[in-house]
Amino acid sequence: MAIDTTLLSESTKNNPDKQNNFVIALAGNPNVGKSTVFNRLTGLKQHTGNWPGKTVIKAEGTFSHRNRHYTLVDLPGTYSLHASSSDEEVARDFICFSRPDITLVVCDATCLERNLNLVLQILEITDRVLVCVNLLDEAERKGIHVDIAMLARQLGIPAVGTAARSGRGLESLKNVLDDMLAGKIAIRPRQLVYDPELERSINKIEKRLAPYLPAWINSRWVALRVLERDFSILKHISHHKNNDFPRQVLKEEVALCLP
Amino acid sequence: MPHPLSLADIPIGASVRIAEILTPGNNRRRLLDLGLVPGARVEIIRRSPSGNPTAYLIKGAVIALRNENAAQILVDTN
Repeated sequence: MAIDTTLLSESTKNNPDKQNNFVIALAGNPNVGKSTVFNRLTGLKQHTGNWPGKTVIKAEGTFSHRNRHYTLVDLPGTYSLHASSSDEEVARDFICFSRPDITLVVCDATCLERNLNLVLQILEITDRVLVCVNLLDEAERKGIHVDIAMLARQLGIPAVGTAARSGRGLESLKNVLDDMLAGKIAIRPRQLVYDPELERSINKIEKRLAPYLPAWINSRWVALRVLERDFSILKHISHHKNNDFPRQVLKEEVALCLP
Repeated sequence: MPHPLSLADIPIGASVRIAEILTPGNNRRRLLDLGLVPGARVEIIRRSPSGNPTAYLIKGAVIALRNENAAQILVDTN
């Protein structure tokens, strides 16, 4: 497992047992019980991570399950990953550049729809995603029933229902993490298809970019960002590729593809 | 044709549907991410004492918008 550790704190980097140590990013909208999930999974084995200029990442904790060791990184709660605030940028950069083994997206069962925006955005970056539908207890009190199996089928990725406050569902959450890492779960994430005009532009930009991008980065996602005229993503990539990346040339070339 | 109503014109307690978002660029994206998409139902919860901003209930979350932003969001009252 080769993870880019630039955004991980020292203790995580220096962990000698890399083979069996997995990094899980914890993402979600604000107020979905993300911290409760974090505390339930890690118990008291947590400390506040500290990165230069990246203090918005609140905490990092560890736990073990079925002989695998996990580092759970609590990302700031955001409604989106468009990097229009520092919180969103931190979350986006971690998911994209630190390449966690799995991104766990915590959702609020009482208003699932607004949470799925973030799920779909994360799925455009990575397909190693597990959805945790939390606050099931509150949803039940409100008479809301969430068909978790249907949600998983529709998204093409695993989903688990939890009520983290009481600990309900957390064992199966950990089991599914393990099954995903063991390759026991087929993942066929739903990809958003935009209208034909956009798709043509995306393809054009993607073709220009692809030869210069590292293999692990999702070129379609980068093309989408560029299509939104977010060129900062090219800067980030060149930084992570140690500048072996003709950013300025590419930016000009790609600008010609923009509608 | 009647003048189109915006979110800024709606009284507290009313419920409306988003018709169109006139805001361009990144702010448009921001509003869409907050759940302000055409067709979405919005309830006006309360206004701050100065009348600005106003709190709206959108897809299960309370979101505060400044009047100048709300004025860019056209709504249907039915």
